[in-house]
Amino acid sequence: MFGFYLLLAIFLVLGILLVIFRIGRLINVVKSSDKKIVTGSNKVNAILMLLFLIIGFGLMIYYSAFYYDDYVIPVASEHGVLTDKLFWRTMWITGAVFVVTHILLFGFSYKYRYKEDRKALFFPHNNNLEMIWTGVPAIVLTWLVISGFMAWEDITGPAQENAEQIEVLGYQFAWSLRYGGTDNNVGDYDYRLIDATNVHGQDFTDRAGFDDFNSRDLVVPKGKEVLLKIRARDVLHSVYIPYFRLKMDAVPGMPTQFKFKATKTTQEMRDELGNQDFNYEMACAEVCGRGHFSMRKRVVVLEQAEYDEWKAKQKSFLAQNPEFMSAVPDDIKELAIVSSRIDQ
Amino acid sequence: MATAEAHIDSHAHDDHEHKDTFITKYIFSQDHKTIAKQFLITGIFWAVIGGGMSAIFRIQLGFPDADLGWLRPLLGKWVSAEGALDPEFYLALVTMHGTIMVFFVLTAGLSGTFSNFLIPLQIGARDMASGFMNMLSYWFFFLSGVIMFISLFLETGPASGGWVVYPPLSALPQAMQGSGLGMTLWLVAMVFFIVSSLLGGINYITTIINLRTRGLSMWKLPLTIWAFFLTAVIGVLSFPVLFAAALLLVFDRSFGTSFYLSEIYIGGEALPNVGGSPILYQHLFWFLGHPEVYIVLLPALGITSEIIATNSRKPIFGYKAMVISMLGITVLSFVVWAHHMFVSGLNPFLGSIFMFLTLIIAIPSAVKVFNYLTTLWRGNIIFTPAMMFSIALVSVFISGGLTGIFLGNSAIDIQLHDTYFVVAHFHLIMGAASFFGMVAGVYHWFPKMFGRMLNEKLGYIHFWLTFIGVYLVFFPMHYVGIAGFPRRYYSFTNYDAFSGFTDLNAFISIAAIITFIAQFIFLFNFFYSIFRGRKATANPWRSNTLEWTTPIVPGHGNWPGEIPAVYRWSYDYSKPGAKEDFIPQNVPFSQTPESNFPHETEEIAFENDIDEIVIDETGEFREEGNHSH
Repeated sequence: MFGFYLLLAIFLVLGILLVIFRIGRLINVVKSSDKKIVTGSNKVNAILMLLFLIIGFGLMIYYSAFYYDDYVIPVASEHGVLTDKLFWRTMWITGAVFVVTHILLFGFSYKYRYKEDRKALFFPHNNNLEMIWTGVPAIVLTWLVISGFMAWEDITGPAQENAEQIEVLGYQFAWSLRYGGTDNNVGDYDYRLIDATNVHGQDFTDRAGFDDFNSRDLVVPKGKEVLLKIRARDVLHSVYIPYFRLKMDAVPGMPTQFKFKATKTTQEMRDELGNQDFNYEMACAEVCGRGHFSMRKRVVVLEQAEYDEWKAKQKSFLAQNPEFMSAVPDDIKELAIVSSRIDQ
Repeated sequence: MATAEAHIDSHAHDDHEHKDTFITKYIFSQDHKTIAKQFLITGIFWAVIGGGMSAIFRIQLGFPDADLGWLRPLLGKWVSAEGALDPEFYLALVTMHGTIMVFFVLTAGLSGTFSNFLIPLQIGARDMASGFMNMLSYWFFFLSGVIMFISLFLETGPASGGWVVYPPLSALPQAMQGSGLGMTLWLVAMVFFIVSSLLGGINYITTIINLRTRGLSMWKLPLTIWAFFLTAVIGVLSFPVLFAAALLLVFDRSFGTSFYLSEIYIGGEALPNVGGSPILYQHLFWFLGHPEVYIVLLPALGITSEIIATNSRKPIFGYKAMVISMLGITVLSFVVWAHHMFVSGLNPFLGSIFMFLTLIIAIPSAVKVFNYLTTLWRGNIIFTPAMMFSIALVSVFISGGLTGIFLGNSAIDIQLHDTYFVVAHFHLIMGAASFFGMVAGVYHWFPKMFGRMLNEKLGYIHFWLTFIGVYLVFFPMHYVGIAGFPRRYYSFTNYDAFSGFTDLNAFISIAAIITFIAQFIFLFNFFYSIFRGRKATANPWRSNTLEWTTPIVPGHGNWPGEIPAVYRWSYDYSKPGAKEDFIPQNVPFSQTPESNFPHETEEIAFENDIDEIVIDETGEFREEGNHSH
C-alpha cells in the first residue's frame, strides 16, 4: 500500500511540475520575452556563476584544510617521501593555475554578461599573448618532467645486491609469499609444478630454493632494501601497499619487481597514529574478478634485529612439506637436507 | 514545416525524392540529418542505461549495507536473498557503464550525431560523400548496440573485467562468469562498432576534403569542422588497432592461441599456453584507448569553440592557434598510450619516454584553455543553456586536465594509479567535458534539427543541477583517491586503510543519483520540444556559420537552390564598423565596405572567381535571415 501512495505522490508532483511549466511558458508568450535577445535570466545566471565560484572555492578550501588528516595518509618508505614531494609540488603549481583560471572563467562570465549598450571587443589574435601562454607552461612542465624523471630512475633502478628477496605471488583471490631464506635467493619455479601445496610451483632441482620459506604476513625489515619479485599465476593482479607508495602489476608469464626501503616499523607507525591496532596492508589494485576487493595481506615492518630473529625462526617449505624431497634430484639431496634444515 | 517541404519539392537536384516512404525517410535513411538524429536518440537511450548503472553501483558504494531487495524486479538473481548486490555483477555494472558511456554515448552519440549533422551543413554540401556508407555506419552501430544489450540479460552476465577487458581475466571463462558468453558478445559488438566508426570516419574525412562549397578553404572552416575532421582521422588510424586486439583475443579465447596467455594455472590445472604476453594486449588496447579520449573530447571542444564565440559575440581568440593545438593533440594522442601502463611491468625507460610525451600534450591543452578565456574577455555574453554548458566544459577541462599532470608523471602515478584519483580525473576530462559538449551541442543545434526551440528555463535548471552535481560527485573523489582508495572495489570494509570516508562516499552517491535524475528534465524538454516547442527562427543565435542559411527545417539536399559560397571565416562577430554584431560567412566583403580590414578589401577583387551567381543568392538568404529578429 505504501508503494501505491508513493507512486501516487510521484505522479502528483510530476503533474504539478507540468502545470507550472505550462504556466511559465504562457507567461513568456504574454511577456513576449521570447523575442528579446536576452531575458532577465541572463543576469541571474551571471550572478549564479559568480556564486558558484565563491561557494565552490569556499567548500574546497574548507574541506582541504579541515580534513587534511583524513585524506593525506602517512608515508613509510624512502621513495614514498620523494614521490609525495613531487605530488605536493605538482599540487601547488596546478592548484594555483586552477584557482586563477577559474577566477578568470567565472569572473569574465559575470563581468561581461550581456548589456545592450556594450559591444564586444573584436580581438581575434595576439601573437605575444599566445607565445607567453605556450612558453610558460612548456617551461614549468619541463621542470616537472625532469624532477619526475629523476625520481622514476631512482625508483626503478636496479636493486642492491644484498636486498631482501621476497617473491609475491598473486592468485584468485589472495597473495602468497616466498622468502629467499638464508641464502636470500628465491629459487626457480615452473608453473606446471603448481599444485595445492606447492602454490608457487617451486622447482626442486634448483638448490637456491631449498631454504625458501613461506610466510603468512609480508614481514620486512626497516631501513634495509627489499626487492619484491612479483608474479601472478592466473590473471593480472597488482601489488599495492598504500603507505609505502608502492604499486606494481603482477603478470602471468612475466615476472615484475619493485624495490623499496621501509622507514617506519609497524610499532612506530602505531605510536605515530595513536592507534595500537594499526597494521600496514597490501591490496590488489588491478581488477581480477569476484574477490578483487578482498585480497588483503598484512604487512609487518620490524627493526632489523627483530627481523633477523623472526627470519631465523621460519621453517623452510621443504621442512614443512618433506614429501617434496622426492622431487629433489639425488645428487643434491644432501644439500637439500642441510639447507632446508629438514632434520631440525 | 510546410514552407520547408515546399522548398524540397521545388528542389530539382534530388531525383530520388519521390521514392521516400516511411522506411527510407526515417529508418533506412541516407540523409545525414536523419542519421544524425538516429545517432542522437540511440545515444540518449544508451546514456540512460549507462547512467542508471552508475546509480546502482553508487548505491552499493555509498550504502554498502543497504537492502537492495527492491531492485530485484530489475536485477533478478544478481541481488541475493539478503538484499546484497552480487560482487561479480557489481564489476559487470562498472564494466558496462564504461563501455556504454565511452563507445555508445560519447563516441557514437557525440561524434556520430554532430559530425553527421554539422559537416554537410557547415561546409555547404548537399549530403555526405556517401549517403549509403553513412546509413551503414548507423546500422552497424545499431547492430552492435543490440548485441551489447542482449549481453546484459545473459545467465552468466555481461563482460565484467573492466571496460579495458584485460586478458587473461577476459580470456578465461574459468576466471569469472562474465568472461564467458558475455565477453564473446562484447567482442562481437565491438567489432561491429569499429566497422561503424570506420564507415563514418572515412565518410567524414572524404566529405570535408572534397565537398566544401566554393570559397571555403580549410583555414575558413569553423572549428567544429576542424574538430570533427581530426577526430575522424584519429578514429580511422586507431580503431583498426582495437580490431586487431579484439581479434587476437577472440583467437586466444576460442582457438587455443597464446597471444596474450602464458604460464597460467587456474581452476586446479596448468594451461598449455606459453609465450604470450598480457602486456601486448595492453599496448594494442591503449593504442586505441588513449586516442579514444580525444575522439570523444575533440568534437566537444569544437562544438564549444563555436558556441562560446557565438554567445560571447566575439571571434574565437587565436583561431590558428586553436587549429594547431588540435593538430598537436591529434599527433600526440598516438604517442602517449603507455602512460596507462607505468606500473604494468613496462620497461621503466619506456615509461620515462611516455611521461615526457604525455606532459607535452598539456601545452596545446593549456593554449586552448587560455584562448577560451580570452574569447570571454570583454565579450557580450549571452547565457543560453548551450553557452553555459560550454563554460562548464572549460571548467571541467581545466580541473580534469590539471590532474592529468599528476598522473602523467610516472613517479607520482605509482601511488595514484587505479585509485579514485584516476576515476575523478577521467570522469571530469573525458566524461563530463565531452558530455557537456554534447549537451551544449543539442541545446545549440536543436532548432536546426527539429525546427523548434528547447525550453530555456528548463535548460537553466538542467544546467545548474548537472554542473553542480558533477562537481559534487567528482571533486570529492580526488580526496578519496589521494587517500589511496582503489577503484573497482565492491566494498572497502576488508581494509583498515580504506575504512574512512564512509560519509563522503555516501555523499558522492547521493549527488550522483540526484544528478542522474536531473537528466530527466532534459529528456522531457527534448522530447516535448520536438513536438510542442516554440517554433524556431532561421538564425536564432545570430550565428555566422552556413547551417543557419538553410531553411528552418532543411530538406533533403539542405539548400533549396544554389549552395551559398563562402567569403570569410566564421568568426566575424562584433566587427568594428559593421551594422550588426555578426556577419555570416556567405556575405562577401564587397557588401561590407564599412567593416573590412585592408587585406579584406583586397580580397574583393577575387570574389568574382568564387562565383558570380552566388552574390544574388546570398542577398536572398540575407533577407531570409533578417526576418528572424
